[in-house]
Amino acid sequence: MNGDFIIQNAPALLLAVPMLAAFATPLIGRLGSLARNIWVIAAMTLTSAIGLLLAYDVFTAGTVLYTFGALDPASALPLDSGGIPVRIIFTVDAMSAFMVIIAAISGFAVMLYMMASEAKGSGKDGFYALFLLLIVGILGMVCTGDIFNFFVFLEINSLAGAALVAYRVDKGVAVEAGLKYAVISTIGGLFVLFAIALLYGQYGALNMAVIASSMQYTGLDKIALVLFLSALAMKSGAVPMHFWTPDAYSMAPGSITALLVVASQASLYGVFRVVFTLYNVALDYAAVGWIIIILGVLSMFVGVTMALVQKDVKRLMAYHAVSQTGYMLLGVGVGLAVLGQQTAFDTFGFVAMEGGIFHILNHAMYKGLLFLTAGAIFYRTGTRSLNKLGGLGHSMKWTMIFFIIGALAIAGIPPFNGFASKLLIYESVFLFNPVLSIIAMVVSILTLASFVKVFHAIFMGPKQPQYSDVQEAPLPMLVGMAILAVITIAFGIAPGLVVDSIVAPAATALADQGGYIASVLGGL
Amino acid sequence: MSMSKIVRAAADIIFVFILTFGFYIVAHGHLTPGGGFQGGAVIATGFVLLIAAYGSRALLDRFGKEWFRSSEALGLLVFIGTAFVALFLGATFFANWLANGGLIFGEAVAFGPNPGDLNTGGVIPIMNIAVGIEVLGALSLIVLYMLSGTEEGA
Repeated sequence: MNGDFIIQNAPALLLAVPMLAAFATPLIGRLGSLARNIWVIAAMTLTSAIGLLLAYDVFTAGTVLYTFGALDPASALPLDSGGIPVRIIFTVDAMSAFMVIIAAISGFAVMLYMMASEAKGSGKDGFYALFLLLIVGILGMVCTGDIFNFFVFLEINSLAGAALVAYRVDKGVAVEAGLKYAVISTIGGLFVLFAIALLYGQYGALNMAVIASSMQYTGLDKIALVLFLSALAMKSGAVPMHFWTPDAYSMAPGSITALLVVASQASLYGVFRVVFTLYNVALDYAAVGWIIIILGVLSMFVGVTMALVQKDVKRLMAYHAVSQTGYMLLGVGVGLAVLGQQTAFDTFGFVAMEGGIFHILNHAMYKGLLFLTAGAIFYRTGTRSLNKLGGLGHSMKWTMIFFIIGALAIAGIPPFNGFASKLLIYESVFLFNPVLSIIAMVVSILTLASFVKVFHAIFMGPKQPQYSDVQEAPLPMLVGMAILAVITIAFGIAPGLVVDSIVAPAATALADQGGYIASVLGGL
Repeated sequence: MSMSKIVRAAADIIFVFILTFGFYIVAHGHLTPGGGFQGGAVIATGFVLLIAAYGSRALLDRFGKEWFRSSEALGLLVFIGTAFVALFLGATFFANWLANGGLIFGEAVAFGPNPGDLNTGGVIPIMNIAVGIEVLGALSLIVLYMLSGTEEGA
């Protein structure tokens, strides 16, 4: 197998490798747990490598098309089709590649962590198979250029996620959380399916570029937009549809929660993709932009105020995840609100979008890190209650250091990556509307306060007798956390490099609907 | 726990027809309504009938959950394996590398109204069969797991 083969088929291999690995995991598992672990490690490593390779290809050579079932991946339009792409096409532009990078890094770190954290659990064949399928769902959602295909991967994402949430039964509590997640996701999935049907009925096409190029913004299109936005905002955990996140995030195993954050962000990507690529020029920018901004501000504020009163460390972090999603919605929403006004977009709208998009990446890293530390604490102590924990700083030093890094990053303290993206958002949103920017800063301060409390409750104080035999987390878990911690710091030290090389192209690709359409349909 | 002899004898006979009908729906998936999922579900109802007539214990003695689990994994692997072969033949993932090739399922479809030739469709019938194998295993497993929550299955 040579390099050209992999590069040419990277979008397909990106899904095919984890899918094949997931399907074969139950069979490999019969050879013994060592063979299965090696199999899963190899599959995930290969998937991450292909993902990064694909992203590199996209950032250097432009949008990559992959037409499934054709003789040549680039032949989006068959000669005898009359200019309509009839096949399922993956359209990996800079925004998709950006999300692929997030999934590749998080997936790899979580996989390493999982090897140790799940070592004692039973039923690991199914667990690892579902983990790989969750990766497939996330990668498929962010890569596909076909709206029905998007729905299929959304369902894979939801079902694998729900099964993983319920995997450690925990006297039925986890099953309840998993069932809640499954029901909510299914309702959201039906909304999306209905919206797709409305678009398909009008335009007779499922390819996003074709729908975008013929979008009329009729009454039905508006209904479809509402269905898309409400369902995908629910899946990404935005207030007032956030109620499933605390349950699902807190009851899932720590490793899975870190990946659920990425799964939610794939839905957030869906929100942005629908608004910017499917509708864009047809929209009333200010109205839809403000709806997203209000969703964002509500998420930020409600999320952090609910987090302040939590006693369960993972529930608390889950509410913070809701709150941080608000920043992304705020940043990108401001960008959308001024998309039609060229001067305003150039002065601050684009920077706001950069901030929102950069925050997706940063959030996946530091929030993943925080959930992994919480998982490590639960792994060693068996409790998530802040009232029972204490004095762990004596025995779990590395976990404590990783927690500090994550907590400072989420609170937006320099030199961590959370500061870099939040600063972009503060500055640009201030030019748009100072009140929004002030709310964002207040939320950050509350976040810091909340994490100071958590840090004190878990790590500070004298060594407690019931935790006297608690040891540091196993090495693979520490390595998984270390990967995310190093990225958290590196992106905080050199944010300019990251913004210029991957965030700005992603924001440009998202705002440029014409470019997306042209990449599939050719210059029309 | 098994049911009366009349029920068991009837189940024995009907089971054959259910299997035949199920495999017919799977094999004709590319010609008529139906396909892998629907046919696999029909086949699984045959196993459900056996469970109802003889009890799940008798079925598990004969097949066991591992048998159904293997069938599930085998179906999935055949499905994705067929898609992979296209990659190594130089086409894209999921390309129909058997269509019109003259080999198995490789006849070209006659133009215009025709009675339907089973030997067409390329990889599509193979994918249907793979899905059929997967679904018959998975649905039977679901029924068995649901039964394990009851007194009889426990």
